[in-house]
Amino acid sequence: MSGFDEIVLDDADETVRVRFVVNGRKVACEVAPRETLVDCLRNALELTGTHAGCEMGACGACLVQLDGRVVHSCLMFAVQADGAKINTIEGLTESGVIADLQAEFHRRNALQCGFCTPGMLVNAHELLSRVAQPSRGEIRDALSGNYCRCTGYEAIVDAIDAVAKARSESGGTT
Amino acid sequence: MDIEETAVKARAFSYFRAATIDQALDAHARAGDDARFIAGGQSLVPALSLRLQAPRLLIDITHIDEMRGVRREGGYLRIGALTRHCEMLSEPLVAEFAPLLHAAAPFVAHPAIRNRGTFGGSVALADPASEFPAMTLALDAEIEIVGPTGRRRVKADDFFLDLFETALQPGELITAIYVPLFKADQRFAFDELARRRGDYAMVGCGIMATCAGDRINDIRISFFSVGNTPTRVKGAEATLIGSSLDAERIAAAQAALEGDLAPPDSDEVPPAMRLHLARVLLGRLLGRLGESA
Ligand SMILES: Cc1cc2nc3c(=O)[nH]c(=O)nc-3n(C[C@H](O)[C@H](O)[C@H](O)COP(=O)(O)OP(=O)(O)OC[C@H]3O[C@@H](n4cnc5c(N)ncnc54)[C@H](O)[C@@H]3O)c2cc1C
Ligand code: FES
Ligand code: FES
Repeated sequence: MSGFDEIVLDDADETVRVRFVVNGRKVACEVAPRETLVDCLRNALELTGTHAGCEMGACGACLVQLDGRVVHSCLMFAVQADGAKINTIEGLTESGVIADLQAEFHRRNALQCGFCTPGMLVNAHELLSRVAQPSRGEIRDALSGNYCRCTGYEAIVDAIDAVAKARSESGGTT
Repeated sequence: MDIEETAVKARAFSYFRAATIDQALDAHARAGDDARFIAGGQSLVPALSLRLQAPRLLIDITHIDEMRGVRREGGYLRIGALTRHCEMLSEPLVAEFAPLLHAAAPFVAHPAIRNRGTFGGSVALADPASEFPAMTLALDAEIEIVGPTGRRRVKADDFFLDLFETALQPGELITAIYVPLFKADQRFAFDELARRRGDYAMVGCGIMATCAGDRINDIRISFFSVGNTPTRVKGAEATLIGSSLDAERIAAAQAALEGDLAPPDSDEVPPAMRLHLARVLLGRLLGRLGESA
């Protein structure tokens, strides 16, 4: 018993059907095995809030939540995510769980061109759901894989720090 | 310009998700070994996207149960190859019985990469700048390998052969890494020097020592980012065995590094600088080891 079908070797660019739950909705799409998750989200599913920057794991623009953990959508193929639950910046925005982070980024000019912002927010969301009161050092550490070419980071750290404090004053995390 | 030339996109391949080790080995053989196993993909996906590699078949091994989980087995902690870097931080058994790995884990890449990258993938890749492969040397760990010819266990000392070259043969899988359980008479230390947190280190080091009071009975010191493979510094180790960690012994161990290490030419970190950094780091770590009595 091998479970391996000889046929798959012959048509490498044949599409395969994958299913995931994206932002709470079940979706199915046809992808070529070599298509990355970020390309699938942006092209097939038209969720262009997830950005593609370096496409090699260095910049953090493509971060999404996969089965509850933040991952680079450029560092996996969509076929690997078959069966997974994915939250993108669109889903996190719609559900309101990052509304305070978004408002604080806006208030403190923690974004300029906005290219890095979805990745920053997805990462900040994961950090604050794991650590209620991170130190500034911990915030910087968590963002160490997110490049921002505009802001110089200080305002981003300020915004996350302010939200962490506000959330714990108002009695716990969202 | 042709978009194919500029885009960061992998060449076409077929994909197979293996449910068992046998399925994975069988698929590899049937692809005429023109295949790659994919675990966390945190090194392999960039390599495919940049077209440094272009296999016919990608075999996803992340759904193989036998390669998961952390548990005690005899005098060892068995760490399944699929254990993610983030689990090295969160798993209590690792903190208790392999504290050196727990201490090294925060230095491996960034949080999102730690969420997917696997311990077995890191050891299989054997990047000389990586933390975990070097720590398997310091820990005297054993690597369990399964392939078409059967199952065997290879000591870390015999596993890392040359730049990205290991005892692993094409078509073989690492299933688990066996780490001797941390004991009451042991001490450990870990640190690295990097330009920015999360970057690959310019020099890094992990130490495991077995002590009787202040006396060092046994010590294994392993460096990374110093050459083609993770590197034990046996000259420095020899100067320390049988003595205590006083200033004079530490200086002798630092001096011995000159004979132990031959850092490669590099514009970013010239050999003399790397050797200097290695001495500084070793001095700090031995100092800490002395204090942790
Ligand atoms: C931006 C960035 C920064 C990084 N920084 C660091 C760092 O500071 N330190 C560090 O150590 N690493 C770093 N990494 C690499 C990361 O730790 C990888 O996760 C790790 O090197 C490989 O593990 P993986 O599970 O992702 O392996 P994969 O990418 O899936 O595979 C890597 C190789 O190992 C083989 N392989 C995987 N698993 C097995 C197995 N069980 N048996 C046999 N072969 C196998 C694959 O076929 C492939 O050839 C970084 C990566 C990125 C993208
Ligand atoms: S696009 Fe994924 S990290 Fe840059
Ligand atoms: S706001 Fe422009 S890259 Fe961060």
